[in-house]
Amino acid sequence: MAEARAAGQLIRKNEQQILEQWMALQQQATTRRGDLIRERELRDQSAEFLKNFTTAMTADSENIEAAAWKPLKDILAGISRSRATQGFSPSETAIFVFSLKQPVFDLLRREIKDADMLGSEIWQMTQLLDRLGLYTTEVYQQNREIVINRQQEELLELSTPVVELWKNIVALPLIGTLDSARTQVVMENLLEKIVENEAMIAIIDITGVPTVDTLVAQHLLKTVAAARLMGADCIISGMRPQIAQTIVHLGVNLSDVVTKATLADAFAVALQRTGATVMRTAAKA
Amino acid sequence: MTAITKDDSAAINSSADIVRVRQIVRDFAVSLGFSLVEQTKIVTAASELARNAVEHGGGGNVQIQVLNNAMRRGLKLTFSDNGPGIPDLEQALKDGFTTGGGMGLGLGGAKRLVNEFEIDSAPGRGTKVMITRWRNA
Amino acid sequence: MERIPILKMGQFLLVSIQVDMHDQLAITLQDDLTQQIVAHRAHGVLIDISSLEIVDSFIGRMIGNIAGMARMLDAETVLVGMKPAVAITLVELGMSLQGVRTALNVEKGMTMLHASMKGKEFFDRDNEG
Repeated sequence: MAEARAAGQLIRKNEQQILEQWMALQQQATTRRGDLIRERELRDQSAEFLKNFTTAMTADSENIEAAAWKPLKDILAGISRSRATQGFSPSETAIFVFSLKQPVFDLLRREIKDADMLGSEIWQMTQLLDRLGLYTTEVYQQNREIVINRQQEELLELSTPVVELWKNIVALPLIGTLDSARTQVVMENLLEKIVENEAMIAIIDITGVPTVDTLVAQHLLKTVAAARLMGADCIISGMRPQIAQTIVHLGVNLSDVVTKATLADAFAVALQRTGATVMRTAAKA
Repeated sequence: MTAITKDDSAAINSSADIVRVRQIVRDFAVSLGFSLVEQTKIVTAASELARNAVEHGGGGNVQIQVLNNAMRRGLKLTFSDNGPGIPDLEQALKDGFTTGGGMGLGLGGAKRLVNEFEIDSAPGRGTKVMITRWRNA
Repeated sequence: MERIPILKMGQFLLVSIQVDMHDQLAITLQDDLTQQIVAHRAHGVLIDISSLEIVDSFIGRMIGNIAGMARMLDAETVLVGMKPAVAITLVELGMSLQGVRTALNVEKGMTMLHASMKGKEFFDRDNEG
């Protein structure tokens, strides 16, 4: 688009002036956050943005998905990430882009005399800058996702201990609600521990699990099947009337699996199966 | 927006090629940072489909692509052959091992090992199977 | 021609599969094993897959075949050392490996084989113990 390329060149010619005006506006908007970002850094970021903006604009003024805009988007992504780390909200980060509108519009109003052309240029600018501003918000969201996922993984690792109850017998007390992802990780962990402890029997205790849905029940079954393939048997303990009902209603077939109401019962069976026994050695006085 | 950042392919005409495909897919999976279980699943699925191409398709090839989008990375494998094609896809997708149905093609099993599964096959048209496994999915 | 080595351990045979097997190797293994079971009058076969990172339906069927043939030759088969990732994958594949007993490692596998030997020794003419 010829007009837009003209706008791009106008901006480039007046880059310094726009930069100053933009800096002034940003500082006004961000005076509260003077503690978070220093003027030098802000100036560097703004200058870099402006330079890449005009380059991209003159190459392709309409579609920010085009390759010409990639360098600028990368810069924006970097700025968004660092602002997030510095403690800025996503809106505060977006204002970095939006506040560029004022100085640019002022420039266009000064230089373009034709009313129609001025109108369409300003519209084009608005669209571009809006999309770029929104892009910073998208990047912010993505980064939050990454942080949350990482924290979830760490939480998972912390909350699934497998204990060795006796020689050849391990137990996995499950606590809290299980979702599909967590159950998978927990089960993989159990199988690893079975190998590590050379266990012949693994007791999966669900006393601390309030509800069991189809997916979780299926994962449990798959785990039992996998353990069996490896050479260990599983006993599920902590079976309660509500859970038993849910499982039957869901049509999940647990007939191949030994289930017990309490961990103690399961332990007794496990001891027997591994050829051990518990004896009282002295009568209580 | 998903971009393909790497593209490779290999011919599958013999049982030695099946072993080779396993190794190639395993290398890709490792470089993408797949967990051990994820690696095992995608390599095993690849082995099943490669074997199908050799045993039922008269030989074929596999295209391996690394997918990249904003949130995650994945591995996409496309197995193609110019064999006789599969007349009854529904039947073929049923489990082949315990029930005896499904013609032992391993398709149902392979499907469960991946996140996305697409198959395009008909008598006279050969067979194309596309599977995708995303990291941490 | 490369072959997978078969070790004799008392009245049992031990096969340790450590390479990614192609079809010919697998067929050769089945032939060798059945021959050796008869040659040594072995009562049990231990298949150690602790080095295998991938077990697909072909290998699974091979193991099932070996167990079936061994049983007809009066030998028990125990599969040992399956890795967790392999077990999880086989479950998804739908392979149940019925007719194949499993144990965590060679030691436990041997214990299992010995236990199932009780009562059999009586009928052996040359009991190697």
